[in-house]
Amino acid sequence: MLTLKNQLPGNVVTTQVDKLLNWGRASSLWYMLFGLACCGIELMQTGGPRADLDRFGSVPRASPRQSDLMIVAGTLTYKMALRTKVLYDQMPEPKYVISMGSCANCGGLFQPAYSVVKGVDKIIPVDVYVPGCPPRPEALTEALLKIQEKMMREKFLVKAESRQVA
Amino acid sequence: MTPQEIAKNLSQSFPDTNFVEGAKLPVTNVTSGEPSIVVPAGKLKEILKVLKTDTRFSFDCLSSLTAVDRKESFEIVYHLFSYKQKHSVTIKVSLPRDENAHVETVEDLWATANWLEREVYDLFGIKFDGHSDLRRIMLPDDWVGHPLRKDYNEAEDYHGISTTRPSLIQ
Repeated sequence: MLTLKNQLPGNVVTTQVDKLLNWGRASSLWYMLFGLACCGIELMQTGGPRADLDRFGSVPRASPRQSDLMIVAGTLTYKMALRTKVLYDQMPEPKYVISMGSCANCGGLFQPAYSVVKGVDKIIPVDVYVPGCPPRPEALTEALLKIQEKMMREKFLVKAESRQVA
Repeated sequence: MTPQEIAKNLSQSFPDTNFVEGAKLPVTNVTSGEPSIVVPAGKLKEILKVLKTDTRFSFDCLSSLTAVDRKESFEIVYHLFSYKQKHSVTIKVSLPRDENAHVETVEDLWATANWLEREVYDLFGIKFDGHSDLRRIMLPDDWVGHPLRKDYNEAEDYHGISTTRPSLIQ
């Protein structure tokens, strides 16, 4: 057994298994390509070279089956809401949701409209809300970092029932 | 041709058409908006056919087809344009405002009317006689009601999704 008194060779790192797993998950946070309205354009900008979400290991996936994160970017109509629920259900656990922009948060400008859902949290659970109309790429990047922080706090080597976020 | 000239030529064969200058604005009394020709609902199809086929008019393009809920009546508005003559005109027709408001389709004159009429049906519930595929175009198929009617009331929920959100400001 090793005694931890700086006796390890230089290329060995000690850590907790949870932290290692979470580091891996948080560093490959693949988000689903899911632009609903003008926020979708800002989402593309955030994935583009200037804001570059890829430096946090985050890349767009065209299938919910391969995605860890759903960024609801834009106005959600009732017609789309049913599909959004299906897409969310198709994503494998563990999964996260960012509600991007005023429309996804609460209906925004279109809240009085007959066809717009008054917030995406009416149909799926949301982890991070990003205000703005639309939010700047910096704001969305921050939301992604918040998701990563949340991931790093989670414990996966315990049973699901007793799992808690520290 | 200007809309006035079109109305004048049209009234030779259809005396019961009515030329209307744009609405008068309050206070300033300036006439504003598009001049239009109001036609009787019974002769609508006939008149539109003449406007399309007569070489003096040759309205080969239906730019838009929409409706207005005037509370006491429905009004259907046709915006026509001619690529040959480079002129345009607005045709209006008034319908009694009830559940069974209906008018003849113009799908056989301008194919684009297919979707435009579906849109009017979707949002106003006005039926188009002879339309080949009259169903909702934008709202979900199981939607109840026609939202652009003035007396439309929003449902409490849609598929279990509540349609209200409490205000954060009290």
